[in-house]
Amino acid sequence: MIGTARLHRRRVSASLGTAVTLLCALLCAGALLVILGYVVVQGIGSVNRAFLTQLPHPVGVPGGGVGNGILGTVIIIAIATAMAVPVGLLTAIYLALFGRGTVPETLRFLSDVLSGVPSIAIGLFAYTILVAPLKHFSAFSASFAFMMLMLPLLVRTSEQAIRSVPQTVREGALALGMSNFRATMRIVLPTARPAIITALLLAIARVTGETAPLLFTAFGSQFWETNPNRPMAVLALQVFNYAISPYANWQAQAWGGALLLILAVLILSLGARYMLRQASRRLES
Amino acid sequence: MTAAPPTIAPAGGALATDDLSAYYGTLEAVGNVSIAFRRKSVTALIGPSGCGKTTLLRCLNRLHELTFDACVSGRVLLEDCDIYEWGMDPMAIRRRIGMVFQRPNPFPTLSILDNAVACGGRRLNRRAKIEVAERALRAAALWDEVKDKLTRSPLQLSGGQQQRLCIARAVAAEPEVLLMDEPTASLDPIATAVIEELMARLAERFTIVAVTHNMQQAARVSDVTAFMLADADGTGRLIEVDDTAKLFTKPSDPRTEDYITGRFG
Repeated sequence: MIGTARLHRRRVSASLGTAVTLLCALLCAGALLVILGYVVVQGIGSVNRAFLTQLPHPVGVPGGGVGNGILGTVIIIAIATAMAVPVGLLTAIYLALFGRGTVPETLRFLSDVLSGVPSIAIGLFAYTILVAPLKHFSAFSASFAFMMLMLPLLVRTSEQAIRSVPQTVREGALALGMSNFRATMRIVLPTARPAIITALLLAIARVTGETAPLLFTAFGSQFWETNPNRPMAVLALQVFNYAISPYANWQAQAWGGALLLILAVLILSLGARYMLRQASRRLES
Repeated sequence: MTAAPPTIAPAGGALATDDLSAYYGTLEAVGNVSIAFRRKSVTALIGPSGCGKTTLLRCLNRLHELTFDACVSGRVLLEDCDIYEWGMDPMAIRRRIGMVFQRPNPFPTLSILDNAVACGGRRLNRRAKIEVAERALRAAALWDEVKDKLTRSPLQLSGGQQQRLCIARAVAAEPEVLLMDEPTASLDPIATAVIEELMARLAERFTIVAVTHNMQQAARVSDVTAFMLADADGTGRLIEVDDTAKLFTKPSDPRTEDYITGRFG
């Protein structure tokens, strides 16, 4: 039997523990909400139709927007995704199907290392192999840097997605006389598709706000630039340049740009959550 | 050895093992099993958990070797040709030796129709697909229940219907042998009864080898019963094979008698 005093002490320490963990959780959520709220308050005033659709105006001319930056962000991420998806997915398939031994283990390790490399270092790498030799900045070099940032995320999460397809489904396909490749392409990959799309959305969200690698790759532009071989405006870069400028209306526009970036990431994350729910529903049954 | 890849004489459904042993790494899970399965009949593999029944079954269509570190010695003869002979194509063998698994495993992203013709419906047009599917689904006693929802997801079906869809999927490949790994283990008694009835009908066309935990089921559905038991090293041995009626009434091995009278296992 436990004495009443001791029982009481246990109860107090238990509720104390609950209170502390709850407090920390609230602190985390609170910090996020404060940042979100602050950006909304500061940025909402600059966001209007002109801001979304117009080119930046020169210093001293009021108005203007980040339309070219939004377009540039979309173009650069689209090219990066188009390059990262086939490479990342095929690597993930390789790792999921032939996942044992030295080569796959080394690949996994390298992929983890790559995901830890600072984005500015990856930007420098893109600069060294794509910008310096060609002697001009380009959107493509930014896409290349983004691809390098997306790859490790895509590879590891897609590998998990493919592995989470029950072995019985795979064996069912093989037992029908399908080849390993066909069983993977026709049966296993489609089953894992929602989870793979989740991985892709999260990888896109990860690079949407990246600024460091853009400084010496995409570089920025004042025009509606659509040629990936030339310098291109990017939203994150515009936020950076406006924020460090001494002009009040540019600083206000930086907040507006930051708000757009956060919204984009929020939407991507919600999309990822939705797809994840689809994925778990598919795997449960 | 000749240069041309070895081929198996068509049809018949004569399946046998010769001194077959199966390993997981260094563990010998099945040891020295030699058994000739009776053509166009149901052979039940019974025995306590861990006696190697499922492993033995998975050796018969070369599924065992997909497990990491697994290997096989001895021979499995389909129409007197060793399916483990060097150069034999496992995919071709699995088309002739179909399999139904313990838990229904329809392909979740394919429609009921595409599940039924998954073994090779890619090149067929829709009408031909439906023809093939109807034949297979009728053989699996499922056609009447799904004919109006062929484009739906198989996950909407009940467990028993899903299992019959898996049977249809295997039958559509027109194999000679059908392996069944505890096909009713995850089903309720009514669904089980439907599948058991189906097995008796399918035995007119195929050589069926079915693993079962359930001795009543073995007694009900099989013509021949094989009893397996793990020895002290955990290696599954074939103890006795006989006509089901004889094995359950006059077993010749005392261990079989102990098992079927419920003294262990």
